[in-house]
Amino acid sequence: MKLKWALLAVFFTITTVLTGCEPLLVLDPKGPQAERQANDIMLSIGIMSFIVIAVLAILTYMLIKYRASKQSEDYEPPHIEGNPIVEAICVGIPVIIVIFLSIVSVKSNYIVEATPQGYEDQEPLVIYASSSNWKWHFSYPEEDIETVNYLYIPTDRPLEFKLYSYGPITSFWIPQLGGQKYAMADMVTTLHLAAEVPGEYMGRNANFSGEGFAENAFNVKAVPPAEFDEWVEEVKETASPLTEEKFNELLEPGHLGQSTYTGTHLEFSPAPEHNHGSSEQDEHSTDEHHESGHSEHDDEHSQH
Amino acid sequence: MEFFERFAVPHPSPAIYASMVAIGLTVIAIIAGLTYFKKWGYLWREWLTTVDHKRIAIMYLISALLMLFRGGADAILMRAQLAVPDNKMLDAQHYNEIFTTHGVVMIMFMAMPFVFAFMNYLIPLQIGARDVAFPRLNAISFWLFFAGAMLFNISFVVGGSPDAGWTSYFPLAGNDFSTSVGTNYYMIALQISGLGTLMTGINMITTIFKMRAPGMTLMKMPMFTWSSLIANVIIVFAFPVLTVALAMGTMDRLFGTNFFTTSNGGMDMLWANLFWVWGHPEVYILILPAFGLYSEIIATFSGRNLYGYKSMVASMVLISLLSFLVWTHHFFTMGQGALTNSIFSITTMAIAVPTGVKIFNWLFTLWKGKIRFTVPMLYSLGFIPLFTVGGVTGVMLAMSAADYQYHNTMFLVAHFHNTIIPGVVFAMLAGFTYYWPKMFGFMLNEKIGKWTFWMLTVGFVLAFFPMYISGLDGQARRMYTYSEAAGFSMLNMLSFVGAAVMAFGFVLIVYNIYYSVRYSPRNIGANPWNARSLEWATHTPVPEYNFAITPNVASSEALRDVKNGHDLFPGKYEKIHMPNNSGLPFIMGVIFFVWGFSFVFAMWIPLIIATIGIFACMGYRSAEKDHGRYISVKEIEDTETKLRGA
Repeated sequence: MKLKWALLAVFFTITTVLTGCEPLLVLDPKGPQAERQANDIMLSIGIMSFIVIAVLAILTYMLIKYRASKQSEDYEPPHIEGNPIVEAICVGIPVIIVIFLSIVSVKSNYIVEATPQGYEDQEPLVIYASSSNWKWHFSYPEEDIETVNYLYIPTDRPLEFKLYSYGPITSFWIPQLGGQKYAMADMVTTLHLAAEVPGEYMGRNANFSGEGFAENAFNVKAVPPAEFDEWVEEVKETASPLTEEKFNELLEPGHLGQSTYTGTHLEFSPAPEHNHGSSEQDEHSTDEHHESGHSEHDDEHSQH
Repeated sequence: MEFFERFAVPHPSPAIYASMVAIGLTVIAIIAGLTYFKKWGYLWREWLTTVDHKRIAIMYLISALLMLFRGGADAILMRAQLAVPDNKMLDAQHYNEIFTTHGVVMIMFMAMPFVFAFMNYLIPLQIGARDVAFPRLNAISFWLFFAGAMLFNISFVVGGSPDAGWTSYFPLAGNDFSTSVGTNYYMIALQISGLGTLMTGINMITTIFKMRAPGMTLMKMPMFTWSSLIANVIIVFAFPVLTVALAMGTMDRLFGTNFFTTSNGGMDMLWANLFWVWGHPEVYILILPAFGLYSEIIATFSGRNLYGYKSMVASMVLISLLSFLVWTHHFFTMGQGALTNSIFSITTMAIAVPTGVKIFNWLFTLWKGKIRFTVPMLYSLGFIPLFTVGGVTGVMLAMSAADYQYHNTMFLVAHFHNTIIPGVVFAMLAGFTYYWPKMFGFMLNEKIGKWTFWMLTVGFVLAFFPMYISGLDGQARRMYTYSEAAGFSMLNMLSFVGAAVMAFGFVLIVYNIYYSVRYSPRNIGANPWNARSLEWATHTPVPEYNFAITPNVASSEALRDVKNGHDLFPGKYEKIHMPNNSGLPFIMGVIFFVWGFSFVFAMWIPLIIATIGIFACMGYRSAEKDHGRYISVKEIEDTETKLRGA
């Protein structure tokens, strides 16, 4: 009994806290992928609450009805083996729920791993997002520009992020546009997103990557396509070109503010290839870069 | 000079210096105390050299409790750091070390020994055996675990703690990004204690298969023994993977190999796969024995047999199989594509079915029972709804598309604490209270115990439920701080308050032990809880040989059979063969500690000497002639009369 009330009290506190606040980021989607995920989350919360309530109800009933203080001294509980029908029900209902959720889950998998629904006929904007300790570099090969720690994106256009890392595994995450995906040093992963509402969103690395992890965030600004084109033009006119030397400087561990360049680092430091070992040449080009990075690192340490 | 610099802590703080002083003073106090009270001989004869499964269990128990407080201190520091935004109490490096050691200590050095404590204590008693199959191997297992635990724990005062997370993902854990010896400690300490775990697995499986009392078929074993059997089978299949992964990681760090590097053909994703191929079964290694304890306790305090014994066993077998088929769900976001994610999404959700069967079986065990609200029962009843919440959030996480939003967030942190704390920790505390009288001959105070339960439960809910919300609001895990603007200050403060309440609960456990040692009545009889299984049929405290006469078992509920007129102990006393004590396991533990320490700091000469020492111990054992000893009928009679009189 006490347990039930304690739990109820907690649920109420939590719901009041919840309603008092802004909507939670993940449940306040601004794009089709995030919306699909938010819908899945709300659906599963609904079904799961039903299960929790059912278990709580059965437990409460048992505790009230069969507690020792309510029974006579000489009551001797019976010996009851399992009952096949009861157990079939206990297996059957969860199986049905799991099958239902599996269907939803599989469908959603194919949706979030493809160009967002309704955008299939549009050419996606490809952006290479690479992380280094503890920054994000965004290369727009089509527009031939690059930004650090901030992202400009057009609304109502599919976005295809090509993710990789110049260091530990990181995870590229913009909660209001869709779920995250890892960025790794030896392969490129692809994340399909789209924004439907103009606005500023929080983006960050969600996967622990060392000392500067907490501040490894970036700002996302979604603007209407016309405005996005204007921004690209402006960058091309005002920003300085990204040289290899400048880029290596940017890769040094630490935190940087936002900056903008013309040209992308893909020209002199291409993204790693997907396959491991089979295409030697492509791997070598990235390896070289890594090794040079490491030796600098080692030098630093021996000096200490 | 350079040689000694490696031993210095790379990021010292006043707290670390204070710990160094505290550790030094404690060691001096222990040595002085043992010398003053002339207890060295007692310690050596009765504990350090023992091969008795009951004493080894108690040593596991003490270690687990110590590590619970060590890991708990880490936890409360983390929650304090995050209680307010932009907190400067801990810096990033210190916070990273703390959450890493919290994870490793709680899983490997708290939960595992806690589980082993009960396995060691209960399996021989529940199957009517005199000891485990390989008593000396059992002692070696314990000392290897202990050497690993101590090695890991000195890391924060000698050389620095690991700081790459308990999952230690490469390349972050590689030499390029983890330059201190911290991750070496991780690799070597886990390797040493992991070897001990593997040996325990083999030992326990053999014990259960070969040493059951006459009449006890597999389907008449008490449920805890069944759950332990399955957990140990998982150990034997899963731990070699960890052994291999750690060996490869050690070679990458110390010998310049490229298994997990991102260049020269190495693959960082391989570590993640190997780690979780071990890591996911590992959580079932912890939870299945916990399920076993709950099954014993719920049946006892419902005054009834366990409902659905066969489906309980079947569901555990199914869980053990599925546990090896779900590891990819720990990194749905690694880019394996929709098909792979769909397969692992379905296998993961499938685990909910056998787990659900167990929940319903416990609920139906209450049905028509006579429920007594004792402390162990309160933990078990609290477990049912709380673990259900943890389980259903697990199903939510299993939906891989949605997992892209949960992954790496506080939602995940809330989920696994929601399964481990009500699942494993509550079970251990329930078992601890339940079996305390069997181990020590007196009960723990019920009133203090109930207070503890309520503080832990309320504290738990306060500490972890807000994390579900802050996770959905975009709070990533393992961030050492966050800004005011992020908007989850309030939720984190609630978590801190909850953690503080839990801390009080754990302190109350210590007070309860102190209080009960002083005031609790002795003379409680062999079966103070009115339980039903075989372990309660022997005396309290349990004599060295467990049962004077090997029991003749008729069902999984031996004491109920006795009530119905079954002769549990037929025949008369005969001399009993017992193993001799041996100092070798302890000595091997010490050598392994030296071996590990040398390995961590790449000191090759001491390492070679220690390696020779280890092989010398094994060689000595092979040549040693030790056929054990006999306890005479006269001795048994004396002991039995004394215990019956008491």
